[in-house]
Amino acid sequence: MFSDYFLLAFKNLRKRGLRSWLTILGIFIGIAAVVSLISLGAGLKTAIMGQFGSLSVDKLTIQNKGTGFGPPGSTVVKKLNDHDVKIIEEINGVEVVIKRLLRVANFEYNDASTFSYLVSLPSDKKKLLICYESLGFEIKEGHLLDTGEIGRILIGRKIAEGNQFSKELKVGKKLKINGQEFEIAGILEKTTNAQLDNVVFMFEKDMEDLLSIENEYDLLIVQVEDKDRINEVAEEIERKLREDRNEKIGKESFSVETPLQAFSAVNTILNVINAIIIGIAAISLLVGAIGIANTMYTSVLERTREIGVMKAIGAKNSDIMWLFLQ
Amino acid sequence: MEKPIIELQKVARYYEMGEAIVKALDCIDIVIEKGDFVAIMGPSGSGKSTSMNLIGSLDYPTKGRIFLEKENIGDLDESALAQLRGKKIGFIFQQFNLIPNLTVKENVMLPMLFQEIEKEERERKTKKLLEIVELSDRAEYYPNQISGGQQQRVAIARALANDPQVILADEPTGNLDTKTGNKIMDFLKKLNKEGKTIIMVTHDSDLARNYTNTIYSVRDGKIEYIEKKTGKKWRRISSSKEN
Repeated sequence: MFSDYFLLAFKNLRKRGLRSWLTILGIFIGIAAVVSLISLGAGLKTAIMGQFGSLSVDKLTIQNKGTGFGPPGSTVVKKLNDHDVKIIEEINGVEVVIKRLLRVANFEYNDASTFSYLVSLPSDKKKLLICYESLGFEIKEGHLLDTGEIGRILIGRKIAEGNQFSKELKVGKKLKINGQEFEIAGILEKTTNAQLDNVVFMFEKDMEDLLSIENEYDLLIVQVEDKDRINEVAEEIERKLREDRNEKIGKESFSVETPLQAFSAVNTILNVINAIIIGIAAISLLVGAIGIANTMYTSVLERTREIGVMKAIGAKNSDIMWLFLQ
Repeated sequence: MEKPIIELQKVARYYEMGEAIVKALDCIDIVIEKGDFVAIMGPSGSGKSTSMNLIGSLDYPTKGRIFLEKENIGDLDESALAQLRGKKIGFIFQQFNLIPNLTVKENVMLPMLFQEIEKEERERKTKKLLEIVELSDRAEYYPNQISGGQQQRVAIARALANDPQVILADEPTGNLDTKTGNKIMDFLKKLNKEGKTIIMVTHDSDLARNYTNTIYSVRDGKIEYIEKKTGKKWRRISSSKEN
C-alpha cells in the first residue's frame, strides 16, 4: 500500500519535472551554502588561531605598559630591569625568566635602507632553546644561532626576500644595522605569524652594545613550572611588582599577559564573526525554506480539484497527506 | 418495504457570505429507495448541486439529518465519511474529473487503493470494469489522450470500482454530444437494471423523463414537486413544501 502511494507521488513529480528539479536545486544550493559558510567560519578560526600557534600556554608575557612597538624613549615609563627579573625569579612556580628586547632599527643593504624590528635572543643555552621552541622557528637556509655566535644574526623570511633592498639576502652576506655590520647566519622559514617574518634576531649582548641599552628590557617571558597554575603565578607576579614599584591596582606601569587573555580577545571577535556567518546561513536557509513551502503551497492549490475528486472517491485526509509529503 | 438507502430529513444548508446568509437549501425531505433511478432537476441556482453534495455526503448539512444506509453522516468525521463514501457511493461528474497524471487503468484502480484492497484484486477488477465500459484497449492511455465520451466511461468504471450500491451522477451528459450522451445514459440504465440505485442531477427534463423513474424538482432551495413513473405514466405526487 505504501509503495503504491509512493508510485503515485513519483508520477506526479515526473509530470512536473522542471519544478521538481528547480526545487531540488534550491534545496541543494541552500544546504551547500550553509555548509560552506559554516566551514568558512571554522576555517577562519583555524587560520587566525594559527597566528597564535607560536603562543605557548605555559608562558607569561610581562610588558612595559605604553611601550608597545614604538621607538625607544617615545614613552616615559619605568622600564623592566634586572631588579624586576630578580623579584620574578624568586616567585614560587616560576621556572625561567627570559629577557627580551624589541626595538625598531635601521637596516642597510645593497645601498638601500629600511626600518624594521630588531629582537633579542637570550644568550643562555636553555633560554635560547625555549625561545626557539615557543616561537616555532624552522630554518630555511643556514642554521639557528647557537650560544656565543656574537655578531651574527637570524633574519625573517620577508626580510630575506629583500623587497626593500631590491636584492635577495643570502646566508653569509652582511647586513648593516644602525651602521654596524652583522653576518647573516640563518634565514627562517615562513611562520604562521606574519609579524615574525619581518624581524631580525640577534643576541641580547649584541643588541645592548649596538643600541647602548643597559639594564632595561621590553619584554619578560616567564615560563611557569605548572601550566595549570599559570593564572595564580600571573597574579603573584603582578602583586609583587606592584608592591615593589609602589603602584595602585589599575595604574601599573607594566602588564602581565597570560596567553589565555590574548586568546580570549581574539576568540570573542571570532565568535562574533561566526555568529554573523551563521546568521547569514540561517537567513539563506529560511529563504530556501520559504521557497520550498511556496512550491508546496502552489502545488496543493493547483490540485485542489484533484484532491476534491480523490476525497469524493474515498480518500481519507491521511491518504492525501501521504501523496503530498512523499 | 425496505429501509430507504438514502434519506434526507428536513435538511437545510446555509452558506455564509460575509454578513449575509444564503439559504441554498431550506428544509427539504428526500427519500431514495433501493433500485431507484432518481433525477434531481432544476435550473441553475436552484440548489440542486447543494442537494447533490449532501446526498453524496460530500458536505454536512446546516440543519436536519442525512442517513446513508441507516448511518447518520453527522456522526462521522471527515475521514470516516470518506471511507464510507468510497464504499457506498460512486461518483460521476460533468467534468469527468479523472486524475490527469494517471492512466485510465490507474484512475479506475484509485478508489480501490483508498479502500486498501490488495494489488492483485485491484488489477483483476479493473480489467473486468474496463471490459464492461468497453475500454480494455485504452487501459494504458492518459485521460487527455482519449475522447470525452471515453473519459466519462472511465469515470463510470471508476465509480463502479468498489461495487457501490448508489451511483451519483452530476450532469453526466453535460459535456457530451447527444449521441455519446445517450450511450452514457444507456450504461446508467443498464446498471440500474442490474440493481444499482442511481441519482442523477440534470437540468434536462427530457433526459430525466426518458430514463428515470422519480423526479425531484428543486427550485429556490425547496422541493417544487415530486413526480413518479408508474408503468408509462408520470404522476405528480406532491408539492411538499410549496406554500
